[in-house]
Amino acid sequence: MFKDITLGQFYQADSVMHSLDPRTKLVGTFLYIIALFIANDAAAMAAAVVFLCIAIALSRVPASFMFRGMKGIALILLLTVGFNIFLTPGVPIWTWGPLKVTAEGLRSAAFLACRLVLLISGTSVMTLTTTPNSLTDAMESLLLPLTHIKVPVHEIALMMSIALRFIPILMEETDKIMKAQMARGADFESGNFMKRAKSMVPILVPLFVSAFRRASDLAMAMEARCYSGGEGRTKLKPLKYGRGDVVAYIVQIAFVAAVILL
Amino acid sequence: MSIILNHVSHIYSEGTADEVRALDDVSLEIADGEFLGLIGHTGSGKSTLVQHMNALLKPTSGQVLYNGEDIWAKGSDKARIRSKVGLVFQYPEYQLFETDVFTDVCFGPKNLGLSRVEAEARAYEALERMNFPKERWYMSPFDLSGGQKRRVAIAGVLAMKPEVLILDEPTAGLDPYGRRELLDMLKGLQRDEGLTVVLISHCMDDVAGYADRAVVMEKGKVFMNGTPAEVFFRHRELEEIGLGAPSVTYIMEKLAAAGFDVKTDVMNVEDAAKEIRGCLRI
Repeated sequence: MFKDITLGQFYQADSVMHSLDPRTKLVGTFLYIIALFIANDAAAMAAAVVFLCIAIALSRVPASFMFRGMKGIALILLLTVGFNIFLTPGVPIWTWGPLKVTAEGLRSAAFLACRLVLLISGTSVMTLTTTPNSLTDAMESLLLPLTHIKVPVHEIALMMSIALRFIPILMEETDKIMKAQMARGADFESGNFMKRAKSMVPILVPLFVSAFRRASDLAMAMEARCYSGGEGRTKLKPLKYGRGDVVAYIVQIAFVAAVILL
Repeated sequence: MSIILNHVSHIYSEGTADEVRALDDVSLEIADGEFLGLIGHTGSGKSTLVQHMNALLKPTSGQVLYNGEDIWAKGSDKARIRSKVGLVFQYPEYQLFETDVFTDVCFGPKNLGLSRVEAEARAYEALERMNFPKERWYMSPFDLSGGQKRRVAIAGVLAMKPEVLILDEPTAGLDPYGRRELLDMLKGLQRDEGLTVVLISHCMDDVAGYADRAVVMEKGKVFMNGTPAEVFFRHRELEEIGLGAPSVTYIMEKLAAAGFDVKTDVMNVEDAAKEIRGCLRI
């Protein structure tokens, strides 16, 4: 049942994008998002599309993967476009009863749709080419300055990577628990809302018990190996910027500058 | 009351990069009232196989027949099949959830639509049958030891009065005494109540000592199928796939190699003792 769900949609491939430092990709995506919101004319938007197309081509991820994420936001996309077309005040170019389409509405709907699609596919380029764990590493490294104001950056990053690590395990466990309860005649599919909610109890209790047990085992194992937090801790695979990263940074900054100027 | 698997194959995540052929054209019949031992390595397809027997998994191709009915035919009552073919999973932690042992055992019979009184009567009977100590009946199932949890889990399935009882490695993690006690109990259920028992085990000794028939799975296929004597007679082949023979068989082989006149196709401790006594004339 849960076999089909993939989390962190990493796509294994050998490409320029994959070999970039995760920090570069994280900062790059962030800059790209900012650029998307600065861009408010057709030329800038076109530049953003071209930029993304180049990035996708460099990532060697099939385009179908890129747009798979689009299905999830199809409804939101439709709603925002709809609202923008019909509810933006301005010069009406077509009216039908209470509904009126304005030129301003069409323009803002087009931009919004464009922005949303680019936003999702832009971040997909990052998540498809970076493993969740290296993303966490990148986040930790980028947020490190915050330790000066006593933000427990390492701990937050550790919590994130543990959570990511445990999601597939807990999914598999949920599957097994459901089967074990189905073998005892449990029925999760029929009945009204209350009955269905109640039928979740035989799944949730074993799942929570097991999650707590795993958490305590993990804590014990970490302590047994003298884990004592982030201070003075070195990494097995330290993040290193390469020449490609320098180029990528220059390209990104040039792109943002271009969008501002356009 | 037999289960027949007719050319059953199962492929996990078909059509994706991590496609796994867990069962590959398995045909098998489980006769009424027999004690079947299912042996195989981790990942050999044992667990996938038994999940087909009570309609938890749908075969990618092939049919599963229970009493001559295709269990995946249109309109088949899967809840009824699951109550007739009871499956106890390896970890009792996956099914225990109620506040006390007794209520937990009632869960299965209640799902069958029985009244409270009937469900409680069934739970009472099942816990008695599992020899579960009375003073622990109203304890939280989470405070029990591993062996006790397992008994409660088995009782939870037994309370549904299945005709076939399938157990996935019920002896894992039990001490030798608890192991023997549990297996004796299962043998008793088979002998006295005519229950069909399917026992998945890693342990050759368990299968040799208790099963009427042994099926060896390897890479999703039935590798061997016969009486324990027939199967363990070919223990050289079993060793090649990382399994082996019961430990007494090895002892008898060593004795024979050391010059004692004993038979080596001995499967359990009693027969071994007899053989050694006969050889030493005591």
